[in-house]
Amino acid sequence: MSTSDNFDRTSLFETHQRLNARIVEFAGWEMPIQYGGILEEVNQVRSNAGLFDVSHMGRLEIEGPYAAMMLDRVLSVNVPKLRQGRARYNVICDENGGIIDDCIIYRRGAEKFLLIPNASNTPPVVKWLERWTPDDAQLTITNVTTQTAMIACQGPNSVEYLQKLTETDLSAVRPFRAIDAQVLGHDSFLARTGYTGEDGFEIILPAEAASDIWGGLMDLGAAACGLGARDVLRLEAGLLLHGNDMDTSINPYEAALDKFVDPDRDGYVAGQILRKIRDEGPSRKLAAFSMIGRGIPRHGYVISDGQNAIGEVSSGGPSPTLDMNIGMGYVPIEYSTLGSTIFIEIRGRPVEAKVTTLPFYTRRRNA
Amino acid sequence: MNPPDLKYSKEHEWVRSESDSVVVMGITEFAQDSLGDVVFVEIPDEGAELIQGEKMGEIESVKAVSDLYSPVSGKVIKRNESLIDNPELVNEGPFEQGWMLKMEIKDASELDNLLSADDYNSFLKSGA
Repeated sequence: MSTSDNFDRTSLFETHQRLNARIVEFAGWEMPIQYGGILEEVNQVRSNAGLFDVSHMGRLEIEGPYAAMMLDRVLSVNVPKLRQGRARYNVICDENGGIIDDCIIYRRGAEKFLLIPNASNTPPVVKWLERWTPDDAQLTITNVTTQTAMIACQGPNSVEYLQKLTETDLSAVRPFRAIDAQVLGHDSFLARTGYTGEDGFEIILPAEAASDIWGGLMDLGAAACGLGARDVLRLEAGLLLHGNDMDTSINPYEAALDKFVDPDRDGYVAGQILRKIRDEGPSRKLAAFSMIGRGIPRHGYVISDGQNAIGEVSSGGPSPTLDMNIGMGYVPIEYSTLGSTIFIEIRGRPVEAKVTTLPFYTRRRNA
Repeated sequence: MNPPDLKYSKEHEWVRSESDSVVVMGITEFAQDSLGDVVFVEIPDEGAELIQGEKMGEIESVKAVSDLYSPVSGKVIKRNESLIDNPELVNEGPFEQGWMLKMEIKDASELDNLLSADDYNSFLKSGA
């Protein structure tokens, strides 16, 4: 990894340049937003396979006899119960129940975990973990973000392509499980997770091996995809983006993340406040909607009842897969029910939308 | 890549004269390429009166929203209805099937405020 003008570059930066990617600054990193066109990249992921450089995301190794207990105090899910080789989506809440970040936690051993926070949230997450780690705790937190790379290979053909580069049987690695494997001779960590709504793997590997494996997957037919397509895909799949759809002013019950929160554990630092919020019920909630009138909802647009503002769009845009315009945003609970009519204020004009359920898009599953 | 017989605005619109008083306008190759995949076009109805340099509509790509400016003053006599359902025509042929409006212009001397193809190319090179 190198640095220019105070922006970090991933180990794949030169690969992106060679592929004529359009590069943008994102969360302090110079990242590819698109290579060809965003619509074609979305189509490749839905119908074939796409490759994403997600090396900007944080990779924290947490190890030691106290690791499970510390993580159980901080994460929204039961960590001691997480079995080796498994992964869980979770949120990290502050003392008010606000969401500091959403992460995936992987158990790699009895006393060894891997936590993947969002790029720009890695420093606050580390700070929060350290805050709940007693000085004498037998525990190390190692940030391995810069010495490793992370590639997401997603789409109906993605597993078939990756299988050609490893002798490990990938069919045995079910969703939200992970395994150590050799990929083209490089020590890799393969997790059947992603952020697109498609089947696929996220591959963590030594930084110097990244271009080798990226090239190998492209040669097999996977298409290079940028952050632009990734944002469209995750919105279609109903996956939230921290910073847009949640932040420390939002709690997980408002964000409809109830099933990823277990507030009834002893020692969970946000337990008391989250139990209170759960028992009282949130007064606003994340609503997913599709546009009835003509217009594209965008982050920050006002949601109204036709006259008065009732909320704001947190994410929105076109859905090429569904051929409609979709979005989500926080509204008073009475507007969040399926079928409610709301309006999105687009350039001063209320445009009708209907509340629907997440996800917008669900992939067809074989067998 | 920018046809020599057209006039151009610094807002990346082009104008083609069909007669002394009728012009066709659209956005340039540079504009469509910068926007990326166009997914939404909002342009004025027939009969609308537009003023040179003023906002007259919007164009949206997957990730961006941009204003459209009228390169001349006059009345809209026809608009490209195909763009409403097929906004990708702007990407496919910005100077051809992606045209936007046909206008009856008020004052032909306004065309002198626009750039020639050579001047527009220099403008782009200067880092528009």
